[in-house]
Amino acid sequence: MLLKNLRPVSKSHKGDETVDLRIGDGIIKEIGNGLKEDKGEESHDFGGAFVSPGWMDMHVHLREPGFEHKETIKTGTDAAAFGGFTAVACMPNTSPATHTRDVVEYIIKKAESTAVDVHPIGCVTKERKGKSIAEMADMKDGGAVAFSDDGDPVYDSQVMRVALEYSSMLGMPIINHEEDLALSRPGHMNEGRVSTRLGLDGTPGIAEEVMIARDILLAEYTGGHVHVAHISTKEGVDLVRKGKAKGVNVTTEVCPHHFDLTDEEIDHQKFSTNFKMHPPLRTQEDVDAMIEGLIDGTIDVICTDHAPHAIEEKEVEFIYAPNGIIGLETAWSISNMRLFKTEKLDLQQLVEKLSYNPRKILNLDELALEEGAKANLTFFNTDEEWTFDKKNVRSKSKNSPYIDKKLTGRAVGIFNKGQLVLSQLK
Amino acid sequence: MNKPPDNYAFNQKHLLGLSDYSREDILYVLEQAKSFREILDRPIPKVPTLRDKTIVNLFYENSTRTRLSFELAQKRMGADVVNFSASTSSTKKGESLKDTIQNISSMKIDMVVVRHRSPGVPHFLTQCVDAAILNAGDGAHEHPTQALLDMFTMQQFHSDLRGKKVAIIGDISHSRVVRSNIIGLTKLGAEVVLCGPKTLIPVQVKALGVDVSYNLEETLAWCDVAMALRIQLERQDEGTELFPTLREYHEKFGIKLDHLDKYPDFKIMHPGPINRGVEMESEVADSERAVILDQVTNGVAVRMAVLYLLSGGNRVS
Repeated sequence: MLLKNLRPVSKSHKGDETVDLRIGDGIIKEIGNGLKEDKGEESHDFGGAFVSPGWMDMHVHLREPGFEHKETIKTGTDAAAFGGFTAVACMPNTSPATHTRDVVEYIIKKAESTAVDVHPIGCVTKERKGKSIAEMADMKDGGAVAFSDDGDPVYDSQVMRVALEYSSMLGMPIINHEEDLALSRPGHMNEGRVSTRLGLDGTPGIAEEVMIARDILLAEYTGGHVHVAHISTKEGVDLVRKGKAKGVNVTTEVCPHHFDLTDEEIDHQKFSTNFKMHPPLRTQEDVDAMIEGLIDGTIDVICTDHAPHAIEEKEVEFIYAPNGIIGLETAWSISNMRLFKTEKLDLQQLVEKLSYNPRKILNLDELALEEGAKANLTFFNTDEEWTFDKKNVRSKSKNSPYIDKKLTGRAVGIFNKGQLVLSQLK
Repeated sequence: MNKPPDNYAFNQKHLLGLSDYSREDILYVLEQAKSFREILDRPIPKVPTLRDKTIVNLFYENSTRTRLSFELAQKRMGADVVNFSASTSSTKKGESLKDTIQNISSMKIDMVVVRHRSPGVPHFLTQCVDAAILNAGDGAHEHPTQALLDMFTMQQFHSDLRGKKVAIIGDISHSRVVRSNIIGLTKLGAEVVLCGPKTLIPVQVKALGVDVSYNLEETLAWCDVAMALRIQLERQDEGTELFPTLREYHEKFGIKLDHLDKYPDFKIMHPGPINRGVEMESEVADSERAVILDQVTNGVAVRMAVLYLLSGGNRVS
């Protein structure tokens, strides 16, 4: 297969040259200029789009097994491919919870035929109850890449200590949903000026920060690797920055909505539940701190926390609506608009956050853009203007704050597992 | 100016909160309410203004006085009224709010008066149906008719509220009354100070354009009107307390008989229901300085005015 007119972005490519790629047997066979198609060879002209090592979203909820009315592995991976991701790591708050090897293997098996690699994250604790650690080693052997009770924090400090010690023996990270529940409940949005105005109970930033501080101390003490899930506050980023400077094995990730939107939206959008997620949208100061953290490397990864919910679940009173929004299909556009177009990050840095770093944190092979390497590729542009129209959403759920929004830059396709998937609109 | 200008036209479809109402809108509603207040003093306090209107009172949260007040206002204007309360409704069968309102609306309803514990429900209803929506309290967000009746009552002794000093005392965090009052009073030019234990005052509240005091004596010495808010006793369950005891609350923030002598100028208001001996001593509530029962009477008049205006009665054609 010949893929023409692509601008490579990788550790060794800045995206300033245009090449053709020949792919065969799932391998990059040839990179060069003016490659001629062999007789009968499939050929696609990308018209100068960028190509990079395949992106990975290390924080998604595919909802299967158990919540197939929200999303399935099929629809979730379709959304991932549409958004430019060749791999996802899926969170274990399924039903049954992904807390034993058989559930890990079930998910992997279900995802076999998709073009997207699905890497399950196993529970930290049995049944996600936060009481006693799950069979981490067995889940690792089954294919789990990390452990998390996401949706809920590992709340008990002793359980977290044991989990970090045990997982460090396996060389695996614990991804913690950082939330001190006593401080955060019954919050429905960020605590601050806007929550005061709207009379909604607030979740203060400190509910996140005290847990991050605890986990950094525990990681330092145990030698474990804590990955701070979906960071959202300025102080939280500062804590991670200090932890890293001290040599603690701590990494973190941020979702596009947390470096794009603020809590003011809940007022402007008249209590739209598509702006309700956890952690909640914070303030402009926090948004700025996310971008600062991405620039200086404190924040390693851009992820989406893709959290599908059915229409009837979200179309309810604000305080009854579940937390979460879908994000796979808009992550690149928001990153492009907020980080690249504003010259905060260049394309190489963005590919680091979208491909190299998540794979490194999860101990997956680094992908290369060179002859002989596995063809695991993402194609994207930075200038295309498009509208995120509800009827084109690939995810089974439509709970996105970006519905009907004009976006700039799109992921135009992926190549993985021998399959080329192009994200043409239906 | 204490009245809207001559070229003013009322153009609101709903009453979701006072945040959507301009100073002129508020003054106009209060002006209209005066005529309805007079009607209430007639031997037969009824007008046929809404006799072709059907109104549903949709109460998802318990309320005695607000519901009675709305219902009386509606009946005094001849409207057809149906009451829906969560305890007797299909919500027990798991029907969503959207389905409920769309079903009710299909029975040809002109207006919906809604009370719900979730902020934003009135806004949500405007997206579900065409009827005019009146917010009768959405969580701790807004309770616009309460604030209107409070301002109406204040106008009875301070016809112009510009520069008037209003203290709101008590549980600010969990009060819907306070937010609408802050918005309305500041639009009419009054100064507002919130007073209560720090744990009952939300963060960054000064961004709403008010001041905060933790000292009741100072506050009462300053104010023209002291509005005490109800302390919700159920918030004092063990483990969830935001202040140590009701006794200490009363000691520090309860209005007492001595205060009336010491500070002879301020009037006393309360949205009810009162916890006598907590927010104020019984004698204070029953004193001549208290206008608490006037608030209740005025509430009917203010609600009549709002219903009249939103029914299109005064819409400019």
